[in-house]
Amino acid sequence: MTTLMAERHPSDPLFRADRLPHIWCPGCGIGPAMHAYAQALVESGIPLDRHVCVSGIGCSGRVPGYLNIDSYHTTHGRAIPFAMAVALVRPQLEVAVFSGDGDLFAIGGNHFIHAARRNVDLNVICINNFNYGMTGGQVGPTTPMGARATTAPYGNYEQPFSLPYLAAATGAVFVARWTSLHLRQLKQAILRAMKKRGLTFIEVLAPCPVGFGRPNEIGDAMEEMMLYRERCVVDHGAPLAALDIDLRQRDRPIVLGNFVDIERPVFDPLAMRRPAPEVEDHAPLARKEQEG
Amino acid sequence: MKDGPAVLEGQHFLLGDHACAEGALAAGCRFFAGYPITPSTEIAERLAHRLPEVGGIFVQMEDELASMAAIVGASVAGARAMTATSGPGFSLMMENVGLAAMMEVPCVVVNVQRGAPSTGLPTLVAQADVMQARWGSHGDYEIVAYAPASPQECFDLTVRAFNTADQYRIPVFVLADEVVGHMTERVVIPPPDAIPKVERKRPRTAPGGDGFLPFQADDDLVPPMAHAGEGYRVHFTGLTHDERGYPATNAEAHDRLVRRLVEKVRRHAWRIEEYEESQLEDARVVVIAYGSTARSARRAVAVAREEGIRAGLLRPITLWPFPGERVRRLAERVGAVVVPELNMGQIAREVERFTHRPVLGVNHAGGAMLPPEPILDTIREAATR
Repeated sequence: MTTLMAERHPSDPLFRADRLPHIWCPGCGIGPAMHAYAQALVESGIPLDRHVCVSGIGCSGRVPGYLNIDSYHTTHGRAIPFAMAVALVRPQLEVAVFSGDGDLFAIGGNHFIHAARRNVDLNVICINNFNYGMTGGQVGPTTPMGARATTAPYGNYEQPFSLPYLAAATGAVFVARWTSLHLRQLKQAILRAMKKRGLTFIEVLAPCPVGFGRPNEIGDAMEEMMLYRERCVVDHGAPLAALDIDLRQRDRPIVLGNFVDIERPVFDPLAMRRPAPEVEDHAPLARKEQEG
Repeated sequence: MKDGPAVLEGQHFLLGDHACAEGALAAGCRFFAGYPITPSTEIAERLAHRLPEVGGIFVQMEDELASMAAIVGASVAGARAMTATSGPGFSLMMENVGLAAMMEVPCVVVNVQRGAPSTGLPTLVAQADVMQARWGSHGDYEIVAYAPASPQECFDLTVRAFNTADQYRIPVFVLADEVVGHMTERVVIPPPDAIPKVERKRPRTAPGGDGFLPFQADDDLVPPMAHAGEGYRVHFTGLTHDERGYPATNAEAHDRLVRRLVEKVRRHAWRIEEYEESQLEDARVVVIAYGSTARSARRAVAVAREEGIRAGLLRPITLWPFPGERVRRLAERVGAVVVPELNMGQIAREVERFTHRPVLGVNHAGGAMLPPEPILDTIREAATR
């Protein structure tokens, strides 16, 4: 009897194979989302040498370290200003920030809203697993009301952020939400984000069976994936104010989609010194504002 | 309106803060990220005007955490990058000063010191961030900090800060103070070809081939630096890492890395250290003073000499690394050491590590320049010993 061994995976060139296995727990939703991003890197048509991935701290912050592109694993919450500078100094690069909900919206929340306001040319991909996974399941800015966490043993009594609503309100030009079950749609959304100039935001709902699922009676990762399959509805035109999530309210749908796809002037520190272009994609908006 | 050149060659009557900004431009700085804070704001204002003239990028960030993160990001992309701040902002920057030290990313931070702790005296001078500059971020690392005593030195030492940062791949501080930052004096800016320039060490092999490990140091303990987008597919992390840049969370890798980060500066401290001496040849009393306080000390020493006291001045230009060996040799032959400073004895403590005996401190918490008189009084007292 012969044994067949695959010595290489088709995606090997996209990853630092010498760093595998990764650190994530069985059932974690980060890996599938990373793979969707890696596929988008290839399908974008932009050479891998022109992609850059920056992260902060946490489980999701480990993603850049596994990708075979220029990658920077920075401090907690500070990926966005770091990545902004990379994108400004080398505008020919396609810069993504891949990090988690706590990193981007608790400790890094101020940087996110200002990058969105400025419309910095960055693609922000946020894994939302409703808790701090790396440190063992603490409550975070996306933890639903009532959910249990190691630092909310009686249940969380803080209103969570609805991330797409926040991103849209602060100025992101593309806003989407998918899950680690909806990988084709996620990849398409990432490709769309790479085509757009300005700050794009994609939330990826992902199981954290150890940190969030277990204390909240969601069961294992497979059960959370089943929950996504049963409860998720795709509605690109859903009202932004109605996108909040409570995984434990089993009769409420979870709305997915590409909610925002608009154009705004892209952050350019030298814009006011450049001669006014005769034809420019975002010029009509700027002119309209000037004429006011 | 005609744009000014990057190097504003000529003689100027210039504010210290503006001289820092011109020094940065002359050194090739093309990225500044900062947040307004007294008494350093004039640096940001000058660069907001001047950087775009030379195609550089100025960004006013949302806070100092972001400012520091941004200059580290700009530097990994290949730019010479700087921020400027004062006490409270300097505290916020410490997190990513550690990141720059750990990732070995060259950058320059100007801290125009003001009265502290906390909000303290926003508009008034102090020199109380000396130890924060040395130890402010967590963990072991070595730092370089220049202390300008005039607007001319604000220019010269900002240029030097960029060169030192690139040579050793470290964050470098210009530790000015409010008096120097807000003082207007003659500043001579040399022609562009007379501006010293030390280039960042770069990979010697083409991207894509084997053999380039982004954190493998040469004999000088400094690894060549590959920038984002050059095809080297680098990974930089604030985690303890190996020569590939990959996380290596074990005791051996950690000791190897931290030891190298510390040694690459300590081994070259003799080259980095700078100080100015005057009238030390026959001195019985040596005054050790830096920044704006050195200006008062110079006057005090001159008056003491007129009174027949053999006094001299040692002015550290680098506070870090501290010129301790020079102090040790001096202390062996002088009668007393006087250390005036606008804090409660920060450099005095460092001096005592080398003199092995108490020094005479002349201390004030800040709010005004330390005048020559209390320094002179202490020199007189020392001379009677």
